Amino acid sequence: MHDLGGLPGDAIDRTEHQNDFWEQRVDALMRALGTLDPPLVRTDELRRAIEGIGADAFDSMTYYERWISAITEVLLEKGVISVNELSGKIAEIEKREAE
Amino acid sequence: MSARFAPGDRVRVREWFPPGHVRTPYYVRGKRGEIERICGTFNNPERLAYNRPDDPKVLYRVRFMQTEVWGRAERSSDTIDIEIYEHWLEPEQ
Repeated sequence: MHDLGGLPGDAIDRTEHQNDFWEQRVDALMRALGTLDPPLVRTDELRRAIEGIGADAFDSMTYYERWISAITEVLLEKGVISVNELSGKIAEIEKREAE
Repeated sequence: MSARFAPGDRVRVREWFPPGHVRTPYYVRGKRGEIERICGTFNNPERLAYNRPDDPKVLYRVRFMQTEVWGRAERSSDTIDIEIYEHWLEPEQ
């Protein structure tokens, strides 16, 4: 899915665009996690997790959606965060946004 | 680390489809090329992908003819360079 060389593809959109603030934060988060010694999320781990996303989800996600999904996966694997912590935080944010 | 190949050596990429994280693109597997340069020694990304920085490998820049890779090319002299780790390369038979 990620190894597309030689396959027919759609035209590439070459227009420049500004990344959203949340995308910049995902980039910064990965940089921070990757430069710890030892790194909490290595670039190669990020790539491996992105490859594991699954074809349908991979296609429907944007670039940084894949990144944050993969970062989350690696941090869950390593027990840095737990599913409960994550779902609790998501619920908290959804509640805050609804208000 | 001592390098198995030197610039100018003819090599073939292994036709190998292991599970897990692999950096060698599908489209060069089984293709023949020439060592363009030795890039250095780096931890094997196939192990780094599972957080194991314990497997240094020599990395080469390998030059392929576009005609070898795609079976055709806009100009017959067109080439493509790809960086490939040593364990993916074998001497051209």
